[in-house]
Amino acid sequence: MITIIDYGAGNLRSVVNAISRLGYRAKVTSNPKEVVDAGAVILPGVGAAADTMANLLRLGLANPLRRFIAEGRPFLGVCIGLQVLFSGTEEGGWHECLGIIPGVVRRLPPGLKIPHMGWNQVKQKVPHPIFDGVPDEANFYFVHGYYVKPDDGSLVAGETEYGIPICSVITRGNLVATQFHPEKSGEVGLKIYHNFIKMAQATQISGL
Amino acid sequence: MLTKRIIPCLDVKDGRVVKGKSFVELRDAGDPVELASFYYQEGADELVFLDITATPEGRDTIVDVVRRISEKVFIPLTVGGGLRGINDMRRMLLAGADKVSINTAAVLNPGLIRESADKFGSQCIVVAIDAKRIQNSNQPRWEVYIYSGQKSAGIDALDWARKVVELGAGELLLTSMDADGHRAGYDIELTCAISEAVSVPVIASGGAGTPEDLYQALVLGKADAVLAASIFHYRTYSISEIKQYLAKRGIPIRI
Repeated sequence: MITIIDYGAGNLRSVVNAISRLGYRAKVTSNPKEVVDAGAVILPGVGAAADTMANLLRLGLANPLRRFIAEGRPFLGVCIGLQVLFSGTEEGGWHECLGIIPGVVRRLPPGLKIPHMGWNQVKQKVPHPIFDGVPDEANFYFVHGYYVKPDDGSLVAGETEYGIPICSVITRGNLVATQFHPEKSGEVGLKIYHNFIKMAQATQISGL
Repeated sequence: MLTKRIIPCLDVKDGRVVKGKSFVELRDAGDPVELASFYYQEGADELVFLDITATPEGRDTIVDVVRRISEKVFIPLTVGGGLRGINDMRRMLLAGADKVSINTAAVLNPGLIRESADKFGSQCIVVAIDAKRIQNSNQPRWEVYIYSGQKSAGIDALDWARKVVELGAGELLLTSMDADGHRAGYDIELTCAISEAVSVPVIASGGAGTPEDLYQALVLGKADAVLAASIFHYRTYSISEIKQYLAKRGIPIRI
């Protein structure tokens, strides 16, 4: 069962629609207990990282999510759901985040239009099941003003050029997180969700 | 490299897609859900819906239309037209819209831009600007119009563009009222002036007639995206045809 975390993110419905389109059912919850019991978790997001973090804390979801990921269970973070995994963000002053991935979230450099909005290519840096059947340099839909910078560069599985190379996909075992919105990236985006569901199924079969 | 976006626009009235000329003379152009799915399959980068229904019953229709479209169309959806406040905006976002576009409401109450950007994030607040060229002016100047182009707001389009971005707009949807529906090209001068004045993406709208028009709006007009209605609705050109053309001419495009 795919569990989508509901902390008030506006794009929740799009993620549910994407999973339904693939023929699977998703459970939407803000209950920390259901996160603990989940087979796989999706953390969607748009807006500001600090608000998201505040909501996760208020709902008692921060620690269950930390534990879920620490146990190596299948997790997919999208956009802000990627950014809140980091140590902290510069957005709206310094705000601490979940601290699951060491590194910071920084403002995109001036010079180009902000937000970085539209379709851009993702260069695959490392092989990972999340990329199964996804062509290298495929276009995905982005909308963000801040980008993640992990201390450990080997976690960068996908990179995208916007003035500077930005990290657009993070992978660490069963942890996957994307800066772009797969639910808004057409058929290739749906492929990402499909691959994540397959990862989750494989994990359950192997008893992890 | 970030690609330029090609955006079909669906003006929806009482649950049907319509298209007019300079904001009047409406013609029926089909079912919104069918058209949206068709454009999605054809490679549209995004879709914009403008609700031009005046009645509250019509408002419920567009919410339902957005909900049905978001179930089968997996690209960004912007909804605008008649959104008056935070509650109207929230309703559209919950129905499946990714961005909301405000025009008259922003002019009447500029504070709404900041309030909505704080609430939903700048990325989902599009301010639509309907601009009309001021005749007999020494320098090129444009004035902002509200109420679907029926009333001058008495403000300069460039000043307004700068102001709405300062207030938190994440994107501008710029329509030239002079060019709209005439299929004789975008107002390049207007598009370029606004695009250079602001730090957020600008969608050029009004006047698309040929693929060359879209090319000019992107290159000379420096727009980040181009919106068109008639040429797509009446199948004058297909989206893929236009995308192939632009890609051949060196524009970064998602094929």
